[in-house]
Amino acid sequence: MKILVCISKAPDTTSRIAFTDGDTKFDENGVQFIVNPYDEWYALVRGLELKETLGGSVTTVTVGGADNDPVIRKALAIGADNAVRIDADPADSFDVASQIVSYAKDQGFDLVLTGKETINYNSGVTGALIAEMLDMPYVALATKLDVDGGTATITREVPGGTEVVEVATPVVLSAAKGMAEQRIPNMRGIMAARTKPLEVVAGVPSTGQTSIVSYALPPAKGDVKLVDAENVAELVRLLHEEAKVI
Amino acid sequence: MSILVYAELKDGKGTKSAFEAVSYAKKASETVGGDVIAVTVGAINGDGGLGNYGASKVLNAAIDGADGGQMAKVVEAAMNQTGAGLLVASNDETGKVVAPRAAVRLNAGFVAGVTGVPDTSGGLTVSKGVFSGKATAKVQVDGDKKVIAIVPNSFGLHAGGSDAAVESISVDAGAAKITVKQFNPTSTDGSIPLPEADLVVSAGRGLKGPENWGMVEELARELGAATACSRPVSDIGWRPHHEHVGQTGIAIRPTLYIAIGISGAIQHLAGVNSSKVIVVVNKDPEAPFFKAADYGIVGDAFEVVPKLIEAVKGLKGN
Ligand SMILES: Cc1cc2nc3c(=O)[nH]c(=O)nc-3n(C[C@H](O)[C@H](O)[C@H](O)COP(=O)(O)OP(=O)(O)OC[C@H]3O[C@@H](n4cnc5c(N)ncnc54)[C@H](O)[C@@H]3O)c2cc1C
Ligand SMILES: Nc1ncnc2c1ncn2[C@@H]1O[C@H](COP(=O)(O)O)[C@@H](O)[C@H]1O
Repeated sequence: MKILVCISKAPDTTSRIAFTDGDTKFDENGVQFIVNPYDEWYALVRGLELKETLGGSVTTVTVGGADNDPVIRKALAIGADNAVRIDADPADSFDVASQIVSYAKDQGFDLVLTGKETINYNSGVTGALIAEMLDMPYVALATKLDVDGGTATITREVPGGTEVVEVATPVVLSAAKGMAEQRIPNMRGIMAARTKPLEVVAGVPSTGQTSIVSYALPPAKGDVKLVDAENVAELVRLLHEEAKVI
Repeated sequence: MSILVYAELKDGKGTKSAFEAVSYAKKASETVGGDVIAVTVGAINGDGGLGNYGASKVLNAAIDGADGGQMAKVVEAAMNQTGAGLLVASNDETGKVVAPRAAVRLNAGFVAGVTGVPDTSGGLTVSKGVFSGKATAKVQVDGDKKVIAIVPNSFGLHAGGSDAAVESISVDAGAAKITVKQFNPTSTDGSIPLPEADLVVSAGRGLKGPENWGMVEELARELGAATACSRPVSDIGWRPHHEHVGQTGIAIRPTLYIAIGISGAIQHLAGVNSSKVIVVVNKDPEAPFFKAADYGIVGDAFEVVPKLIEAVKGLKGN
């Protein structure tokens, strides 16, 4: 089975979020970058597990510049067979999807896995865009994935619960918590990653029709109003009369 | 130009997310202009309740058990039929499939994760949550057609309209490619689904063990709230995964979030800091969560929560 995993780079979850250039650019100063957690923990690891039981290969694809190479090597260290980087500076999710599709369209992948969302842009839509562009079925927010012959059985989150669905491969899906357990790369993996192929291909012209004008941080919270532990009823009164939320 | 809304139906009626998307479109129409027309797929009961939130017309495609690919084809047809330039959908589980698929079919400018109404002073700009709730971005949307998907609970419901006219729309949407084998509702006890909840009671490792959640559930019940938890609590299996909120769980924006025995790590805050009012109960006055809170009690949860339950009962009894 040929598996493609879409990997993006994200600031470490503890990063201080700040902006520069008149609030138009994310301030990368001192920021540690990681593989986007959903892509690494769930999409990549489940892809590897399926390969290990069913045979085949796991390729990762990343849209972005050479600054992505360290996180791509991390994905290779965890166990991907080879990686592709599409050398483009994507405008938005639509553009990311078109770039990935331009590469993936005649490669015959049986499964295309994305993360549930990137922790920097939180859109959660790239997989669906890829699926529509490739005219493939798409299953969002998958928490369990099994493949038997040409049929994938997937558990997904839907409003008010979960559903078990069946779909013929090839299929695109987004991976959420539950799909797999995080894997820590070992020394052998890290050594092997250095020599695994990381192919750089040229991007296609941008298809994005949106642009970020500026960023803003949320307004600072006022000080917390502390209520004495002996006077819990006062808290309930404040929530009812002052905050008017209960 | 009209605004089209993809409105999800459940049992013939619009979902809360659908009502919110229609409310949002109604508000947007004040600046963008035009009518609000909803498009629905599946069996509909009357106008599905959508007129009340501002839809003047509802287009319905009577396709049973449609998958996201089919729904997107219906939306595309409705966009073409109405000549709408803007499509609004919820960025909920279904919207995350339908909106992007429709955006590709319409070759539209597309933004997901929108949290504010459009600003039309120069083209169309919307605000969107980024960095897991730690910042917002102003995004300009270009293109002849535009699609925006809004974060559930970011705008609220605004009722007060009248019944909408319902018209059927027939679309050759092909066959479904996804077969649903089984549906497992999250809660069979009638409690509120977390992403939609206005009030949320959440607890963390400070509660010591799953056997101590009775008081959390009781407080939630008294308030009519949903329950949530921190990540370690769901990782060790004290609580189900779907209750895990935060950067790697779900992001929620209730009007009230009560955090009991949760330290307030940055990854936890990422999922909850858009809540309108945050209450923290923690025995450690230095817990970082107090910096993000509106109200707090420094104290032992095992003493504070039972008193809280009594006080809420007192309030509700009045
Ligand atoms: C990449 C990454 C992603 C993550 N994503 C998430 C996420 O999505 N969501 C999330 O929640 N976490 C996430 N985490 C974990 C996060 O960093 C914290 O470890 C976690 O939130 C801590 O959970 P907690 O507050 O329940 O436990 P603890 O940090 O152990 O805190 C327990 C708190 O309870 C208090 N307490 C103890 N006893 C009592 C008592 N009797 N009465 C009152 N208070 C008491 C303590 O003072 C303490 O503040 C992530 C971490 C990483 C590295
Ligand atoms: N630049 C990128 N390169 C490769 N994959 C990406 C990129 N951006 C997003 N993705 C994938 O798409 C998923 C959803 O991203 P988003 O729609 O931006 O929230 C991520 O979890 C990744 O799997």
